[in-house]
Amino acid sequence: METIRVALVGQPNVGKSALINSVGNARLRVGNFSGVTVKKEVVRFSRDGYDFEITDLPGSYSLTDYTIEERVTREYLDDSDYDLILNVVDSTNIERNLYLTTELLALNKKLVIALNMTDEAVKEGVHIDEQQLGKILGVSCIKTSAIKKTGIEELIQAIIKSYNLRENRFHLQFSEVFEQEISHIVSFLEEKKIHCKISLKALAIKLLREDKETYLRFHEEPIWIELQPIVNDAYQHLYLHYDTKDLDDIFNDEKAAMAKGAVAETVQLDKQVKQSFTDKIDTLLMHQFVGLPIFLFLMWGLFQLTFEVGSIPMDWIDAFFALLIDGTKSFLGDTELASVIADGAIAGVGAVVLFLPNIIILFLGIALLETTGYMSRVAFLLDGFFHKFGLHGKSFIPLVSGFGCSVPAYMAARTLKNDRDRLLTLFIIGFMSCGARLPIYVLFVGALFSEEQTGNILFLIYISGALLGIIAAKVLKMTAFKGDDEPFVMEMPKYRLPSFKLIWHTVSAQAMMYLKKAGTYILLASVLIWFASNYPKQPEMEQQYQVKIEQAETQQSITALTNELALYKLENSYLGIVGHASEPFFSPLGYDWRMAIALETGLAAKEVVVATLGILYGLGEGEDEQSSGLIDKIRTNISLPAGISFIVFVMIYLPCLAASMVFMREAGGWKYLGYLFVFTTATAWILSFLAFNVAQFFT
Amino acid sequence: MKLNDIKKGQSTTVIAVIAGRELKNRFSSFGLVKGAKVTIEGHSLAKKTMEIRINKTHIALRSSEAEKIEVT
Repeated sequence: METIRVALVGQPNVGKSALINSVGNARLRVGNFSGVTVKKEVVRFSRDGYDFEITDLPGSYSLTDYTIEERVTREYLDDSDYDLILNVVDSTNIERNLYLTTELLALNKKLVIALNMTDEAVKEGVHIDEQQLGKILGVSCIKTSAIKKTGIEELIQAIIKSYNLRENRFHLQFSEVFEQEISHIVSFLEEKKIHCKISLKALAIKLLREDKETYLRFHEEPIWIELQPIVNDAYQHLYLHYDTKDLDDIFNDEKAAMAKGAVAETVQLDKQVKQSFTDKIDTLLMHQFVGLPIFLFLMWGLFQLTFEVGSIPMDWIDAFFALLIDGTKSFLGDTELASVIADGAIAGVGAVVLFLPNIIILFLGIALLETTGYMSRVAFLLDGFFHKFGLHGKSFIPLVSGFGCSVPAYMAARTLKNDRDRLLTLFIIGFMSCGARLPIYVLFVGALFSEEQTGNILFLIYISGALLGIIAAKVLKMTAFKGDDEPFVMEMPKYRLPSFKLIWHTVSAQAMMYLKKAGTYILLASVLIWFASNYPKQPEMEQQYQVKIEQAETQQSITALTNELALYKLENSYLGIVGHASEPFFSPLGYDWRMAIALETGLAAKEVVVATLGILYGLGEGEDEQSSGLIDKIRTNISLPAGISFIVFVMIYLPCLAASMVFMREAGGWKYLGYLFVFTTATAWILSFLAFNVAQFFT
Repeated sequence: MKLNDIKKGQSTTVIAVIAGRELKNRFSSFGLVKGAKVTIEGHSLAKKTMEIRINKTHIALRSSEAEKIEVT
């Protein structure tokens, strides 16, 4: 069977994905475009003896490199193998959409246009003569509606028909002045019998656009001597006519004029004065004073939902994995294999799966914000404040999510389209103290401050973390991410109710990607950490203690001896050796080797810090922040300045392994994780050093 | 006059866009080109950002960017 490869192109919010999802019997494959975190969806189905392979390209306003999405689309259209472009157009806003269509026509590929959202256009009194539009553009135009599922079969037939057309006529009609210059060049090329893969008209346009490859090709040929003055003449005429020497301006003008011309000839508008649904909502949501509070309330709701409702299945997952660990241990017996599977692999993977409910709820919320069109309004409301610190209005959502858990926060930063804005946001998310750090704060504040002060100090920790983050953003913006401000120009799309299928599809794809990728890294890392804290073995010591424990008379001394053994084993494990080795690094901050190890195990997960301190300060494992024994131990072993310095370090240093891996993936490479490590560690060290010395001065 | 001098609810016509290549291309893909009719729909607090409308497209932009658009 023959395969028709279709590139699906359209501006954002035209219902491109919905249209392709409404084709029956389609198989969908989700992946990534190579090298970037842009989702690539390929849809396959068969009809009338043809196999269709449709690649859904990211929504683009035009074929430029303004965002990663647009770059991906342009590169795909330029370099990949495909038979035909399917351009999806929003019928209710056809003029702006046709701007992209003119750029697609210039590519000189076979093209079919889907005039989508026809039902909505009819309601709004927009009538399009698709036959006439098709004639003007020289391609088939089919009216479709993804929601009402109309026009889908006609569209498929049009694709098959267009695919089977031999000749591929170039139909892009520029203004008269422009066409004249083109025809001069074309007739010269004809006289010289130039042969080319693309039509001569397309070639002439490439020459006029100063297309590098075309120039390189002609530069080596003898014909260049004759061609150059002709092209040069054309430029002079165009410059004179358009009163500018900027070719981009000239082409942009041409494209806009073509879109406008096509609309004038084919679209009829019913007069209407009725305020649209979107305008009505926007008078409230976009209100100068009320808009922001409403948004904050919605965010608060989403936040509550994510971490309150999310904690219910989290408890089940936690219990399930605890059961699994116990089960594995009792099934395999007290062996090394059981330990590495249960304490290493299962515990580590369990820690990742634990965050899944949070991620699903948060992404459901974000998907709703985005697909309904509210997100760009929020960015509009908040950009004034965030821009002062070099951030973007959309940075708000990832930053707020960071207070719950950094993992979904890093993923939420995807809503930022611009590379630099996104990286800057990714770098400061860690400053928003995540939920897993709370036990550490509770433990230290409880041990070092009076009970009445606890609440205030905790609040102070969270607020100063956020403030530090914003200051860090400003500093990074002035140093590492220096450069012009990225412009803030975005469309505020119409409010639309998203289809359930599409939302589910987005959320489940994101959840699967999280599970697959973070899961594999975590599995490996958990086993490594398990190994580092259990090896090398100390068989002699263990035997000695075994004897002592057997001889011990009271339960108390047995516990003491068991703890002593655990401490000895940990101190002499690879992890302990690292802790001792890193002591000089931490001693200016007032930490001993035990605090150093606690911080280092915290790199795996912040929850581990309290557990590690529990073991190291002579208590059994499984201590939590409530245990007064541990609080007493902290109080007697750690001075107030060292404690404050420890809190400051925990506030700032690298997030847990799961988050770091997600950061690495979202930022786009190991090197960024390296930068983040250096940046957070240096900031944490300096500020802890300051905190330690200032506190020492006052006590 | 510049676009950010126009009051809420008023309409105007674009004379020229004086901006870098990237931003200018962005503007034109939204239909904001010479001769386009623009309506000011609203401002955010302290007029840091503004909402404009061209045909049926609503666009949010910063005042610092609106300054780059010459209007009648």
